Amino acid sequence: MNQLPITVKKRKNRGDGAWGYAFIAVALVVYALFTAYPVASAFIISFQKYKPLGSTFIGWENYAETFQDSLFWKSLRNTVVYTVLTVPVGLLISFSIAILILPLKKFLQTTFKAIYYLPAVASGVTLSVVWLWIYDPLPAGILNQVVHFFGGSNQNWLGASATAMFSLVLMSWLSSHGTAIIIYLAALLGIDDSYYEAADLDGATFLQKIWHIVIPCLKPTTLFLFVTGIIGSFQVFQNAFLMTGGGPDNATTMVGLLIFNNAFKYFEFGEAAAQSLILAVIIAGISLIQFKFLGKDVEY
Amino acid sequence: MALYKNTGNPARRISRNAAIGVLLLIFALATLFPIYFMVISSFGDPVEAGAMNYTLWPGKFTLDSYKFFFNYSKYSFRWLLNSLVVAGSVMVFNVVFASMAGFAFSKLRFRGRNVLFAVLLCAMMIPYQVTQVPLYILVVNTFDMENTYGALILPGIVTVYNIFLAKQFMSSIPSEILESAKIDGCNQFQIYTKLILPLSKTVLAVMAILTFMESWNTFFWPLLVTNSMEMQTIQVGLKNFRFANTTYFGPMMAGATIAALPMFILFFSLQRYFLEGVTVGAVKG
Repeated sequence: MNQLPITVKKRKNRGDGAWGYAFIAVALVVYALFTAYPVASAFIISFQKYKPLGSTFIGWENYAETFQDSLFWKSLRNTVVYTVLTVPVGLLISFSIAILILPLKKFLQTTFKAIYYLPAVASGVTLSVVWLWIYDPLPAGILNQVVHFFGGSNQNWLGASATAMFSLVLMSWLSSHGTAIIIYLAALLGIDDSYYEAADLDGATFLQKIWHIVIPCLKPTTLFLFVTGIIGSFQVFQNAFLMTGGGPDNATTMVGLLIFNNAFKYFEFGEAAAQSLILAVIIAGISLIQFKFLGKDVEY
Repeated sequence: MALYKNTGNPARRISRNAAIGVLLLIFALATLFPIYFMVISSFGDPVEAGAMNYTLWPGKFTLDSYKFFFNYSKYSFRWLLNSLVVAGSVMVFNVVFASMAGFAFSKLRFRGRNVLFAVLLCAMMIPYQVTQVPLYILVVNTFDMENTYGALILPGIVTVYNIFLAKQFMSSIPSEILESAKIDGCNQFQIYTKLILPLSKTVLAVMAILTFMESWNTFFWPLLVTNSMEMQTIQVGLKNFRFANTTYFGPMMAGATIAALPMFILFFSLQRYFLEGVTVGAVKG
């Protein structure tokens, strides 16, 4: 390539140019229309009192109102609680399962992977319908029967403030770890055997190998799952919307649901837009912090 | 695997493997239970919940709950058809447009390529909630497309994630092959159809399946842009059914099963692509 005369190279570039734009044309139009424009529009709406005919500009009022709204802070707290309970604990579960699957034969590995992934194939609506009945507050309810079996007392799972959030978390633990398990397993299979052999020579125990070899080697994977998990978890609201409606007493109202309600229940588009942009800033901030502290020695 | 020592005495090894097996099995049962419970219950009688006891064993087999679900609305088959139309179109459009864009971003040289790609990637950082309201206003008020297939399909015809996936894979195709095709007189479109597409078959299959699944399972956008029963998808229909029949346990489970069944069938017949699809975007090449 280096010996080619510069004029030939230039002509080739121009030839690619038209083709290049032609090939990305649809993607760009879709992006401009359905992503870029809405984002820009969200900024504008967030400074408005939105009305279908003639919105009025009200400056920072939507933001000010949001920050004074105790429900916003409560929903933010709920989101953080939900995230802390689902993401790190979820990763620990997935990591442990992947370690346990590792020594199995190929066929069994695939079988377990498929089993753990299966709930991810069903839609959120399907899962919520099923879990709604598992959480049936009557003594005949499935989970209540389990609790009775172990000597516990009847719970109003989704209907009581004390257990509603935990119920959503439990559902997440049992239906959304498939992806992380598969990704962890793929990463585990990629660790070079020579590390373990060297550790064996030094007489390392199983836990020492986990601590000194596996965890450092899987750091990029963990970071990836952690960041994507938290980004996803901060936007979560489908289960709360379908199963508790945010209740009882807003115990399961998360930021995502609050925004949805403001927009499509109360038609406060301006406030919803402002809150969504605050959410975007929070998510971006958390991602940056994670990359800074966890990603120090991770290369991309 | 050398993480586990295989040199210990056989009795210890067997008991260790048994312990691992039991742990995995318990967790597998807990994971599968809701789905098992759903399918078993859907074959029960369509009686109200107060009159029944939950059973974990299939006591009887009847399709009455399914009949009940389909009789609830005359559009219940239409919901399935709508879901199929929407998910099918979204899938085809994504494969075509994402592969085209992926090809351009990985193999064609043009001004602004890297900047444009970076701008696209930024979209993945933006929470769904930000675009939700303006997108709704745009589609429903400006384009006046409420209750149309256009509203259900158009915003999703090519996702940044799929473009990223296609680009990542196509970058690994050696450029020499493309150069020699060019010398043989192929233009870029012929290179795309005759070389790139056949070479990317696997990743495009993965993309097609995951896109179809996501579109089939999506709930909020169809909920927002449809307000007549005949244009709703199965997910929205199921939600309506649930709110209208809060006590009918069997039929609700039948509906949930119907909404999930096509995905289960797809999963069991194309399992390899599903499981591959999970890692293809995550493990960097």
